[in-house]
Amino acid sequence: MIKGLSLKKSEVDHRIIKIFFIYFILLVTLILGISYGSLKISFVDIFRAIFIESDTLNHNIIFNVRLPRNLIAGFVGINLALSGATLQGVLNNPLADPGIIGISAGAGFMAFVIMILFPSYSYLVPIGAFIGAVTTSFLIYILAWKNGVSPIRLILSGVAVSAFVGAGINVLMTFYPDRVSGGLSFMIGGFSGKTWPDFKMIWPYTISISGLLLLLSNQINLLQLGDEVATGLGANVEKIRRILIVLAAFLAASAVSVAGLLGFVGLIVPHIGRMIIGSDYRYLYPATIGIGASVLIGCDLIARMVFDPIELPVGIIMALIGGPFFLYLLREKK
Amino acid sequence: MLIEANNLSISYDKKEIVHNIQLSVKKGEIISIIGPNGSGKTTVLKALTRIIKPSGGEIKLENKDIRKIKSKEIAKKIAILPQMRRTPDDFDVETLIRYGRFPYINWKGKLSKEDEDIIDWAIKTTSMSHFRKKKLTKLSGGERQRAWIAMALAQKTDIIVLDEPTTFLDLAHQIEVLELIKELNQKENVTILMVLHDLNQALRYSSRIYVMKRGKIVSSGKPEEVIKEDMLKSVFKINSDFYEDKRHNCNHFVPYKLERNYHDN
Repeated sequence: MIKGLSLKKSEVDHRIIKIFFIYFILLVTLILGISYGSLKISFVDIFRAIFIESDTLNHNIIFNVRLPRNLIAGFVGINLALSGATLQGVLNNPLADPGIIGISAGAGFMAFVIMILFPSYSYLVPIGAFIGAVTTSFLIYILAWKNGVSPIRLILSGVAVSAFVGAGINVLMTFYPDRVSGGLSFMIGGFSGKTWPDFKMIWPYTISISGLLLLLSNQINLLQLGDEVATGLGANVEKIRRILIVLAAFLAASAVSVAGLLGFVGLIVPHIGRMIIGSDYRYLYPATIGIGASVLIGCDLIARMVFDPIELPVGIIMALIGGPFFLYLLREKK
Repeated sequence: MLIEANNLSISYDKKEIVHNIQLSVKKGEIISIIGPNGSGKTTVLKALTRIIKPSGGEIKLENKDIRKIKSKEIAKKIAILPQMRRTPDDFDVETLIRYGRFPYINWKGKLSKEDEDIIDWAIKTTSMSHFRKKKLTKLSGGERQRAWIAMALAQKTDIIVLDEPTTFLDLAHQIEVLELIKELNQKENVTILMVLHDLNQALRYSSRIYVMKRGKIVSSGKPEEVIKEDMLKSVFKINSDFYEDKRHNCNHFVPYKLERNYHDN
């Protein structure tokens, strides 16, 4: 598929090299993420703990704490970034992110309902958030439908429904001000205390949907040429758009159900990808996967380390580092 | 008959804007649809190319109901160049033209030697060889239009449908694009269906013309038979003088004033 509409074989494609570089960075970030923490484990010890030892302290720290947490951070980053990249392409809008299809509002509302009204069931927050996110997206899509769904109607319908659901969150916060703090950590998002059961909630979506998206990258490229041109080339625009929105919704819903409402990744990472590698989705998707994972693993590492032993929510770090970095790219770009 | 529309009606939001029209395109023709703004020209093109669904009547492509043909199969017969289109900032000419082969590739998206040859041919035919690796955003309006025509050409269809291919171009580029279209028609045997705004250009380049007014076809036939003083008066609300263009062996006209009842419409 990758070779399909791309350049001829004889020409060296610099984009491939860039993708390798991105994945090299990801590998380095992952190793650093596993190495650093309240107990520093050297690279050699990581290697030994993973491949040789079985019941040592290092082995247990890595397998029970560091590895699942870093994998979750990486997968959440991948899901949010891919979801944002897809929505930006499908809706022809550079400001699109998972929030636009109601993911944040829906997940946030359900999380608040459970934590404020049924605090004893707080273990249901992830699944509830997932259901809330998917239901809200579905509602937005249905309300935007009128002989098909046009991007602008979907965006505006998303804004309206999100505002409506957001009002629900505010009602809960107004009537139960003393119980708000529980929901707050979900709103900010983070990976504190996340381990294997949380990982199980996200990896099936990451693996299956990113695979599908890579297969669909030529189709989403077509949408970049405008609906009419895409139709003229034989694409079923309406169907492609529907499939991609559903995939984006599930990606983001699974991510926020595990990590809470991490903003920013879904909006900014695809743009960083585009600045580095261009807007051809056959390259942009692989790049977005690598960057999304690196950014969240890296930021989580910093969030754990700067005020050790106090842990900052990763969202704060992301905004503090990612924002300026993005502005830098924006200005450097010719 | 390549394309045939019988009793075609088209509605937007339940409001009918094209009423019961009859239209046909034969192989090898250059057909122009002309008419004032809002007469429904573009809408007809969109229906004929299945971008919008008609509310009544039927459209046949090579005598088959277009609704019964798969979109990808239609894309092998009809290429379209709509007005509404976008290009990502970093797409170069060749990348765009490669998308013309989309209807022919399977889900793996691998292009064959034949596909590559057709792409090369489309680039050469539109004289885009120099611009192959150039970004579309860096091209002039006329060059960009040629790149899009090359993409349509790479679709290897019997017919290319163009919606106002010369709008927004300066005069030299207008002539360049129309000459290219004529050349494709004569040398590559591509049938052309287009909407044109410049009536003198329609006179000169078309083999047949349809005139639309308020969603109806009010006149059709050979250019000299259709573009006449009284039609210009009743449809376009202009009075004009006709002259003979000896070089191209056709008429051309110069409008000199608005028709009196212009504002009544």
